[in-house]
Amino acid sequence: MNPDVKYFLQLVLSGLTKGSIYALIALGYTMVYGIIKLINFAHGEIYMIGAFTALIIGGVLQITTELSPLVILGISLVAAVFYSAAYGVTLEKIAYKPLRNAPRLTALISAIGMSLILQNFVLLAQTSDFLPFRSMIPDFSFLIPGKSLLTTTQLVIMVTTFVVMLFLTLLIKFTRMGKAMRATAQDKVMAQLVGIDINRVITFTFVIGSATAAIGGVLIANHTGQINFYIGFLAGIKAFVAAVLGGIGSIPGAVLGSFVLGMTESLGAGYISSAYDNAFAFLILILILIFKPSGLLGRNEVEKV
Amino acid sequence: MSRTILDIKDFSMVFGGLRAVDHANMHIDEGEIVALIGPNGAGKTTLFNCVTGVYTPSEGDISVVSPLGKSVRTNGLKPNRITELGLARTFQNIRLFSSMTALENVMIGRHPKLHAGIFGAIFRDSKTRREEEAVIEDSLNILKKLGLEKYANDSASSLPYGAQRLLEIARAMATEPQLLLLDEPAAGMNPQETRELDDTIKRIRDDEGITILLIEHDMSLVMSLSERIYVLDYGKMIASGTPEEVKSNPAVIKAYLGE
Repeated sequence: MNPDVKYFLQLVLSGLTKGSIYALIALGYTMVYGIIKLINFAHGEIYMIGAFTALIIGGVLQITTELSPLVILGISLVAAVFYSAAYGVTLEKIAYKPLRNAPRLTALISAIGMSLILQNFVLLAQTSDFLPFRSMIPDFSFLIPGKSLLTTTQLVIMVTTFVVMLFLTLLIKFTRMGKAMRATAQDKVMAQLVGIDINRVITFTFVIGSATAAIGGVLIANHTGQINFYIGFLAGIKAFVAAVLGGIGSIPGAVLGSFVLGMTESLGAGYISSAYDNAFAFLILILILIFKPSGLLGRNEVEKV
Repeated sequence: MSRTILDIKDFSMVFGGLRAVDHANMHIDEGEIVALIGPNGAGKTTLFNCVTGVYTPSEGDISVVSPLGKSVRTNGLKPNRITELGLARTFQNIRLFSSMTALENVMIGRHPKLHAGIFGAIFRDSKTRREEEAVIEDSLNILKKLGLEKYANDSASSLPYGAQRLLEIARAMATEPQLLLLDEPAAGMNPQETRELDDTIKRIRDDEGITILLIEHDMSLVMSLSERIYVLDYGKMIASGTPEEVKSNPAVIKAYLGE
C-alpha cells in the first residue's frame, strides 16, 4: 500500500476511535443537559471512576482466576457500569437535586465542586501515579493482516459505541421512558401534569449517562494502557466541547460533534503537529461559538415569553 | 346527592406579602360543569396551580375524592400523584410538547398507565406491541372526539391556534381524569370556534362523564355552559351560585364594573 494513503487511513481510523470515546462521554453530557439544563462538569470523573473500577476488578480477576480475558472484560465492564451509575445517581441526589430550582450558575458551581471532590477522592484512595492497565481485549486473528492499520481494541471501541448509540436511539424514540424523557426535557411541569414522575426520569437519565461514560472509561483504559485520577478532566472537557460542537442537548449532535472533534485532532496531529492536538479541539470550539453558537445540529433557542 | 370530587376548605396561597387567594372555600360534585370567574389577577390560576400541585398551598385543605369514595388530602403532593388521582388540566398559555406530533402529545397522557420497558421496545414482544397498538387506538379515538384526527401526524406546533387549544384538552383527557380543569379554553378563539367549544365541553361531560371546572372570561360561554359559578375577586370568594344568582349579585357587579 502506498505509505501516504496508509498514513492517512491510520489517522482516520485513530480519529474515529477517539471520536467514539468522546461520543460515549458526550452522550451523558448532552442527555443531562437536555433534561435538567445543567452542564454536569463531574461527568468526566464518572468516566474515570469507571476506568478505575475495571482496573481493580479486572486486576483482581486476572491474578486470582484463570478466566479468559474476554470474560474478565465482560465482568469488569458490568461492574464499572453499575458502580459508575451508582456514583452518577448519588451525585445527582446530593449535589443537583437540592438546587433544582436555584439559579443555573449555582448548580454549575456545585458540579465543578463535585468534580474536584471526586478527583481528589480517587487521588487519596488510589495514587497520583499512572497505573498500568493490562488490556483485556485479545487480538482477533482475522485482523492480523490489517493490524498495522486497525488494532482489535480500536475495532471493539467503534463497534461498542455503535451498539450503545443504537440502543439509546431505540430507547428514546420508542420506549415509554424515552417518551417521558422527551416530555420532561420540553416542559417539566407539564410532564408532571400528565402523570410523569420526573424524579424517576432524571435518575434514569443519570444512570444511562453514567453507564455510557463508564463503558467509555473501560474501553479507553484498554486502548491507552494506563490511567490515573486526572484522565477524567481532559476527557470530560473534550466531550463537553464535542457536545457543544454538535449542539448541546441534541443526541445526534453529540455523536457528530465527537467524530468531527476526533477527526480534527487526529488529522491535525498527523499533518500539522502532534504537540497541538488539544489546541485543535479548543480552536474548533471557539470557531463554533463564534459562527454557530447553537452547534452543528442545535436548534436556535427561542426565548419563551 | 352526588359525590363531591373536589373539596377546598379555608384555602389560602401567600406569595411573600401578597395573599393571592384568601380563605377560599369551594366544592365540586360529580358530573357538574362549574365555572370560576373573576377580574384579572383575582387568583383564579393560582387556585388551579394549587389544586394540581404546581404550587403547594400555604393554608387550608384541598382534598380529592377517588371514584371509590376515598378522600385524599392533596396539599404538597407532586403533580404526577395528583394526576393519578384523576385531575387533569390545560393551561392559559398553551403548553404542548411542541416537537412531538399531535398523536404523541395525546399518547404521552397515557404514560402512567403503561408498563412496557426497554427490552419490550427492542424485542417487540406481543405484549408490548398490543399495549402500544391499544394506546395508539385510544389516542386516535380521543383526537376523533375533538375533531383533531386530521392533524394526528402533524407536529403540535404547526397546528392552527384553536386546534392547539383542543389538543391540550385531548392530552388532558388521555390521563382519564374524573375532573378536568380548563384554564381559559376559549382565549384567542373566534366566535365560531367558541360556539364549537361550548358543544365540545358539554359532550365531554355528557358522553365521557368527566366533571369540568373552567376559568373563563367569555361570559356568554360561561353562562351557557356552567351550572354553578364561583366568583373570585382579589383572592376572596365573593359569590357563588347559579348563573342567574351570580349575574344579579351586587358584589359581583361591583367587582366587574366598580362602584
